[in-house]
Amino acid sequence: MEKKDTSRRDFLITGLVASVAVGCSDKNPFATDAEQQVTMSGEKVKLLSADGEIIEIDKAFLKPVPEMPHVSNSEERRGIVGKKFVMVIDLSRCKNLKKCQQACNHAHFVPDAQNWIKIHPMQDADHSAPYWQPTTCMHCDEPPCVKVCPVDATFKRQDGIVLIDSDRCVGCRFCMAACPYSTRVFNWEKPELPVEVEKKHYSCETSIPQKKGTVGKCDFCPDMVRKGELPHCVSACPNGVFFFGDMYEDSVTNGTETFRFSDLIRDKAGYRLMEDLGTKPSVYYLPPVNRNFKFEDGLKIEEEAKSKS
Amino acid sequence: MENQNILSADKVIHDLLPQKFGLRGKLWTATLIIICLIGAYAYFLQLKNGLVVTNMGDYASWGIYISNFVFFVAISLVGSLITAIFRLSDVKWRTPLTRISEMIAVSAITFASLIIIVDMGRPERLVNLFTHGRLQSPIMWDVIVIGTYFCISLFLLYITLLPDLRIMIKAKEMIGKPFARLYRWLGSYWKGTEAQEKIRNRSITILCIIIIPVAFCIHTVTSWLFATTYRPGWDSTNFGAYFVSGAFLVGAGGVVVAMYVFRHVYKLEEYITEMHFEKMGRILVMLALLYLYFNVNEYLVPAFKMKKPEEVHLTELFTGEFAPLFWFAIFIGMIIPIIIMLFKKGRKPLPMFIAAVMVVIGAWFKRYLIVTPTLLHPFLPKHDAPERYSHYFPSWQEWAIAMGSLAGALLIITLLARIFPVISIYKTLTDENENAQK
Repeated sequence: MEKKDTSRRDFLITGLVASVAVGCSDKNPFATDAEQQVTMSGEKVKLLSADGEIIEIDKAFLKPVPEMPHVSNSEERRGIVGKKFVMVIDLSRCKNLKKCQQACNHAHFVPDAQNWIKIHPMQDADHSAPYWQPTTCMHCDEPPCVKVCPVDATFKRQDGIVLIDSDRCVGCRFCMAACPYSTRVFNWEKPELPVEVEKKHYSCETSIPQKKGTVGKCDFCPDMVRKGELPHCVSACPNGVFFFGDMYEDSVTNGTETFRFSDLIRDKAGYRLMEDLGTKPSVYYLPPVNRNFKFEDGLKIEEEAKSKS
Repeated sequence: MENQNILSADKVIHDLLPQKFGLRGKLWTATLIIICLIGAYAYFLQLKNGLVVTNMGDYASWGIYISNFVFFVAISLVGSLITAIFRLSDVKWRTPLTRISEMIAVSAITFASLIIIVDMGRPERLVNLFTHGRLQSPIMWDVIVIGTYFCISLFLLYITLLPDLRIMIKAKEMIGKPFARLYRWLGSYWKGTEAQEKIRNRSITILCIIIIPVAFCIHTVTSWLFATTYRPGWDSTNFGAYFVSGAFLVGAGGVVVAMYVFRHVYKLEEYITEMHFEKMGRILVMLALLYLYFNVNEYLVPAFKMKKPEEVHLTELFTGEFAPLFWFAIFIGMIIPIIIMLFKKGRKPLPMFIAAVMVVIGAWFKRYLIVTPTLLHPFLPKHDAPERYSHYFPSWQEWAIAMGSLAGALLIITLLARIFPVISIYKTLTDENENAQK
């Protein structure tokens, strides 16, 4: 729909043409007013050029490079070749601090009524001990949501990540009905976003800006992964609950500790949610044994959050 | 027809030609138009502000739009039941019912397609279904079969109408000008020659044969929108048959209601006789029993096992939040009508009308009960989501749009009945001739 954002590539090409024009004539018809108004500061900065030469320019010319959408839609749909992302969530370390949720909501500008990460209070049987279970999108290998999408708006990538293309989603919400983990949320109204976010180029990998009438969910932060960084929830958790990594490399990390994925899953009896449904999630859980915190600690946090809102 | 005196051709034409609306007819039409306009205004609000005007949430992400859609798809199945199945099995008394059921089918399937667009978050992206469509999605199957069913229903209505158009063009002075041009545009080429008749009969037979599998498909595929998910209450291999049987029931109920109304308003007592109510009553009882049978399967078998996710769902239906509505749908939609119509006296026109209205209303709420409670009973706890998402009751905009769509469907039927004969004149005359020759 809204392609207001004329592609940045076009913008750059225009800029290139303009700079060539500068060399040709004194009066540059392409240059914008802003460029002409640069006043020399007199302070010089040394820079390394692309050819390896050290050059000197006036400080006034230094401008931040806009963050570019360096990945095309088809690349976003293909995914990062040669990777298979996996997450491990250690339930014995979670006390419902909700830092993961806050970081996720903040990074993705998730609207108030929504949470892409939900931390459920779980109790498996009447007499078993309750525990806190952070729930992200499971990025299933047999994703029921992808099966039912009529327009290929939600898709499974080579690297295992399930994403949503909000520019294509028709808002039928079949995927929400199909997902047994209730992970998906819907933008019932126009999301309230800061102007600069709203103007950003939409990317399936950043999942921003969210759009009215389309579905949203946890995306495993592929934009961070491309930069070689960890998803926001992983780095935000002070208790190291979340581990993220590549199945092919067989390693997962929470930023401070790194484990061999297969060893971790074997030694700590890792499991996946609703294995019987055959969805084959990419998110593994480690059972809540030898816990670091009491379940009740989390309840206090829950009450505090409620009284605040 | 078995019991009647032979009616003269002039009388038949005079009785069955479309009649001008009286005061009642005008009031009825005006009311329907007003309800439609209110619905259109509500939809305008929804387009402007988004689906936030509904009371749907991230759990009950489908609400009465979808249940209304299922209802429309269900009621549209009647066209295939009365026209195709009766025709192929050579049921002689079907003549006064076929046109009515075809009109219901066309208007219902039209509104089924409209209401599903209303439910979309981005209706302007409808074209994506064709530019990016993926055949593996049950929604695409639905788009395909509903499109097909719509075309077949329209053809059936039109082709069976052709000889009547000729009669109406001839009887211009009796019905007045307003629709004469429409009739000529639709059917002036129809001369009723032997060759034309032959093509017409063959076309009807072919359409009647293909409409039956397509009709089974539309409702089976619609049931698969639910049955292809894992959710308690939907995850059932029984769903296709369950939906199809329910659809035949509500469709036949709809036809009985329409029969009764047209009989009174258009004074058609000599055409739609007590015998027709008697026979439809038997069919309705059979269909209601069949649907009841599927309901027993659908609820009793899981209730016997009470698997954990099913347990929450079923107890909410049987004794919890949804219990009043659930038992209302079971009793009003099935059991009481069955009891009424089991008796010979209950198959007289008035009790039949009452029973059929109950069937239709019960069926509407039944669809609601199939769609919404399941979504409110997810596998994982309803946590870290706004409290208002844990419950669902439609907003006024949703009611307005849903009622507007029902009014719209009735309006189409009303207008079709104003423009075209509700009973095929040609077929009635042919039947009369056959009877006279006996």
